Amino acid sequence: MSDEAWSGRGLRTFVRLTWGLLLLGGWAAASPAVDFNRDIRPILSDKCFACHGPDAKARKGDLRLDVREDALAVIDLESPEQSELLARVLSKDADEVMPPKETHKAVTSAEADLLKRWVAAGAEYLDHWSFLPVNRPEVPQSTSKWARNSIDSFVLRRLDRDGARPSPLAGRRALLRRVTLDLTGLPPTPDESEAFLNDPEPDGAAYERVVDRLLRSPGYGEHMAVQWLDAARYADSDGYESDPLRTMWPWRDWVVKAFNENMPYDRFVIEQLAGDLLENPGMLQLLATGFNRNHRLNNEGGILPEEWLVEYICDRAETTATVFLGLTWGCARCHDHKYDPVTQADYYGLFAYFHNVPESGRAVGSRDAHPMLEVSRLEDIERLEQLNARYAPLKKELDRIGGSAGFAAAYQRWEKGLDAATLKKLPGNLARTAVAKWNATQKKAARAYFLNNLHSGAADLRKSMRPMERELTALKRSGAKVMIMTEMETPRDTFILNRGVYNQPTTKVAMATPASLPPMSPDLPNNRLGLAKWLMSPDNPLTARVAVNRFWERYFGVGLVKTQEDFGSQGEPPSHPDLLDHLASEFMDSGWDVKALQKRIVMSATYCQSSAGTPESYAADPENRLLSRGPRLRLPANVIRDQALFVAGLMVDQVGGPPVKPYQPEGLWKEIIKGRVEYRRDSGAKLYRRSLYTLWRRAVKPPLMMLLDSNERDTCNVNQKRTNTPLQALLLLNDVTFVEAARGLGARMIREGGRNAGDRIDFGMRVCVGRPATEKERAILGAELTSSLGRFEKNPTAAALLISSGESGRGAGLNHAELAAYTELARVLLNLDETMTKQ
Amino acid sequence: MNPIEEHARLLSRREFMAGASLRLGTAAMAGLLANDGVAAESAGLRRDAIGGVEGIRRFAPRAKRVIFLFQSGGPSQLDLYDHKPGLRAQFQKDLPDSVRMGQRLTGFTKDQKSLPIAPSKYDFPQCGQSGARVTELLPHIGGVADEICFIRSIHSEAINHDPARTLIQTGSTQAGRPSMGTWVSYGLGSEGSDLPAFMVLNSYGSCKRTPQPVNVRLWGSGFLPSQYQGVKLQSVGDPILYVSNPPGVDRASQRRSLDAISKMNELNAAQFADPEIHSRVRQYEMAFRMQASVPDLLDIDDEPEETFKLYGGNAKQRGTYAANCLLARRMAERGVRFIQLYHVGWDHHQNIPRDLPLMCGDIDQATAGLIVDLKRRGMLDDTLIVWGGEFGRTVFSQGRLTRDVYGRDHHPRCFTMWLAGGGIRPGMTYGETDDFSYNVAKDPVHIHDLQATVLRLLGIEHTQLTYRFQGREYRLTDIHGRVPKAILA
Repeated sequence: MSDEAWSGRGLRTFVRLTWGLLLLGGWAAASPAVDFNRDIRPILSDKCFACHGPDAKARKGDLRLDVREDALAVIDLESPEQSELLARVLSKDADEVMPPKETHKAVTSAEADLLKRWVAAGAEYLDHWSFLPVNRPEVPQSTSKWARNSIDSFVLRRLDRDGARPSPLAGRRALLRRVTLDLTGLPPTPDESEAFLNDPEPDGAAYERVVDRLLRSPGYGEHMAVQWLDAARYADSDGYESDPLRTMWPWRDWVVKAFNENMPYDRFVIEQLAGDLLENPGMLQLLATGFNRNHRLNNEGGILPEEWLVEYICDRAETTATVFLGLTWGCARCHDHKYDPVTQADYYGLFAYFHNVPESGRAVGSRDAHPMLEVSRLEDIERLEQLNARYAPLKKELDRIGGSAGFAAAYQRWEKGLDAATLKKLPGNLARTAVAKWNATQKKAARAYFLNNLHSGAADLRKSMRPMERELTALKRSGAKVMIMTEMETPRDTFILNRGVYNQPTTKVAMATPASLPPMSPDLPNNRLGLAKWLMSPDNPLTARVAVNRFWERYFGVGLVKTQEDFGSQGEPPSHPDLLDHLASEFMDSGWDVKALQKRIVMSATYCQSSAGTPESYAADPENRLLSRGPRLRLPANVIRDQALFVAGLMVDQVGGPPVKPYQPEGLWKEIIKGRVEYRRDSGAKLYRRSLYTLWRRAVKPPLMMLLDSNERDTCNVNQKRTNTPLQALLLLNDVTFVEAARGLGARMIREGGRNAGDRIDFGMRVCVGRPATEKERAILGAELTSSLGRFEKNPTAAALLISSGESGRGAGLNHAELAAYTELARVLLNLDETMTKQ
Repeated sequence: MNPIEEHARLLSRREFMAGASLRLGTAAMAGLLANDGVAAESAGLRRDAIGGVEGIRRFAPRAKRVIFLFQSGGPSQLDLYDHKPGLRAQFQKDLPDSVRMGQRLTGFTKDQKSLPIAPSKYDFPQCGQSGARVTELLPHIGGVADEICFIRSIHSEAINHDPARTLIQTGSTQAGRPSMGTWVSYGLGSEGSDLPAFMVLNSYGSCKRTPQPVNVRLWGSGFLPSQYQGVKLQSVGDPILYVSNPPGVDRASQRRSLDAISKMNELNAAQFADPEIHSRVRQYEMAFRMQASVPDLLDIDDEPEETFKLYGGNAKQRGTYAANCLLARRMAERGVRFIQLYHVGWDHHQNIPRDLPLMCGDIDQATAGLIVDLKRRGMLDDTLIVWGGEFGRTVFSQGRLTRDVYGRDHHPRCFTMWLAGGGIRPGMTYGETDDFSYNVAKDPVHIHDLQATVLRLLGIEHTQLTYRFQGREYRLTDIHGRVPKAILA
């Protein structure tokens, strides 16, 4: 039974292996030589390292195979075929064979052959590819007319090697829709399409003008922010138990602003990790550190604060490792990493950098989770800072007066002389208590009242302070209290925790970067700021590669390294290693210019290719890893909704501010979080904001977003899921969001689309998919329209019901049956595969 | 023309690799057709005819499906199943240090001056042939005790609700892993063609004092493709979100719209050749079928009056635990693979005698009714029922203590859960606790062991149902799990 049962697994491994080999043919020169990183490390890592790898505690038989000197114990360089390593792998004896049968990790014959050849060739080791310095590979010479920039030269070389060819460039219409969706999260308008189509400039120049325009639009920052918010596990609630709401949204606005102002990526990272430790940090830099406070917080009764403090700090360390280094750090919380050179000491060394925040871990929820910062709306922060700067010395002077002997005497006189009538006018509970019975708090309040309102020595001062106070209050009210990072004067001690358990400390460790990566420069302070600068230093082999890979994934659906979250030895090596390094080094050399990188990618012919493949090409390379065609991907959740609002003419394009509560099915919060806050949906403009601003409550995430594979944002997760399910169909067909959008689009088709049905259908197609309808399509859609119109003319009640969905009104002045029929037609358009796909 | 047949000939390579049969609806629901973009999946994992991982069953399955009756909040084992008559003599005495052995307590009681013993005030009649002791508060469950295997030695390390529930549902106290139902539907696919493989039902108990939320991530798919996540039936509005047509659209016109969408998509597919487009067409067809199958599932008017006698009158009222038990049976009949119920309100810190009877009243008859009903229909043999909460409660009282008023804090070190049906040895009690129901005395069963057992009864060796994420093969039981063979029939 078991052999048969396991054939599935065997095949899976085999397919992965052969596919990997096929893909990675271009890793080194196209020679049959065995390449350690390409051919051997994946085998050793997957099959051997769990017992013979970096984790000393798990090591069996005192043998490690991740270090050459140790591995030579079982490799015979003199007579390679006699090597114990090969004998054990090839053994037919169930007691002898490695890996042991029960691990179900048997080495295949193809793998055994690679191992044999590798041992015969001297069993050379190389450091894991991602730990080696970023190369500056020479751009391959290319005479191709197809190529537009350096990206294409690398892609072409890889295609040539596989005997494959790139696709022709996509037409202007398709290209404009693709790039507009990719850079702004919204489709182009028909006017924009026409303008581009009729631009007399040559393709390259006309296209560049479009790209520059898109990179300048505020939608660019809003759209770029989403991926970062996912990685940073940004949400509007705490995530445990009753899941109280939090106000981290000013931090979200900071991210949008940073992308729109094209903040260099190194500054972007340093400010988020350690803005508080910069010299004289401004409010924006303090706000940026909210990145490390986005983790969940447990407000459950009866928790032990010391336990949860550890959880929060682990979350920060693991998020940092995933987002910036692409390493699976969590593995080393309990033991040395089984596959990568990351020890448990490394884990707690990184942990220590985040352990010095004056926070308690107590169950107070985010409303009072120190340290916090009160900020205004971002656009007013400069004003707020100025006011604060002017206000502070005045306040100091007032305090000085309040502490002076002269004031004390004056106060005493006043207090003694208080009569019943004056007493009654005092604020708060002062008026209700006889002076003699005032407690300490009341006395303090009385002194403050006297100082602020009556003491003549402070009167002028108070007069100048009052308007400032009013303005400060108003500014702060427009913003929110945000959790940020600050550093305690005396750092907490950090210990390695036995099996990662909070109350089992063992060895004390200091703040330290991972030992197997290049060390931190001695010029840097060994604290969070030093850590951030170390991450961004040019000799860090991971940061730039991980960053460009994540940006690449936005456009092509799969990174050059497919495993975004794992650049370690269990991750998948890059499909185009030289291209990855080229982009990484160029990114660093440009001063980490984010917009320039996006532009480089979207200007490439690789990106501009047509995505129309053949059944054979889709079958041979379903994920387009060879990049022989343009990207064809279902749009992300937020873009699907935003596009619907946009084509309906409903979208309210307004940047920033508190989260909003658009349509959501009745009772969802109630069923999950009974008796607590209810979902009171917003009305008016707030229903039509970009999905970026939809309130993200972790215990009950917006179902629309979740059904369309939005990131959950509980913990750091950099993988984008993309599924295709019947529940998505129900959502897009039936949810009020999309039905209302269909009515909006229907009304636009009638009003803006021209007189006859054909023109209106064309208009609808232009709006939704960026091109006019073909004749066949016009026939299908026309028949649908006629049939709906007939039905609604016969059934005015149904028409009235359909066009009443949502809040935005029935389209004044339009015939109900006609509007209903166009609404039905628009519903078809919004549900087209082409509409929800960039192609 | 049936669009399903129309598209069957256009099977993509992925589906070909997956060995898909023509039962496309089934496969679609089990997530077969998804382009999930995850390494292990796209590397050619073989799928069997109903969308499961081919060859994943290493044992003859004893159960085809699971109904997990989760009692959220932590029911008191001391007042329900773990009979300790000796404690009556220990009333108000301090819990001996030799028993507690310095084990940690929650923030509720760690600063309490004493830990006075609170014996249960309830009787525990012997039930059935097996003579199991079941509280007087659960007479119906006592009446079917001979179908049940009680495990008194379940233990967990999580001491707070959220992590404890997350552990029992996902195998880890931390968020981010797939739910048990997700693992099962991922591994085994779906038996029905028109309903999701993993469905969730939620009810709130009559004890309203502690309505802790059950976070949606408990039935989330974690790092597994999201089509395997649980689909929750709502008790208000659309039972499955967005399953109803928009106002003014009837089934015939929805059909016409779908036809237009399909035709348009076909034209696009002719140009782009992406198999995702055909997949989308099939998902829309499946959605259309669900728009009929969901109302059919919920329409309990076809149930005879006898059904409501069995489950209790509450079963007529949408959203109650009893109604959910009845729906669970209807789902089981329609091929739903994993049926997850949550009943909320068992967190009785303050006053067990006031709160516990309310909850028992909610669940007693319906739970027993479900067992009897399944047995009558011959379905108990291949349906595994699991009953239990995220932890038990302490022998010492939290707060005020009299013979009739006592509360209990969280206690993960030992508590009782029970299993029935599908491959479980009926009429037995497994595991023992010490005289204080404080520590496991014999045959401990950890949450991971329970999870391994559930998978085993479905025919899966728990170490083999894995998924590669972040460079390693993850599984429901993490790196643990052991099946207590004695409880298998």
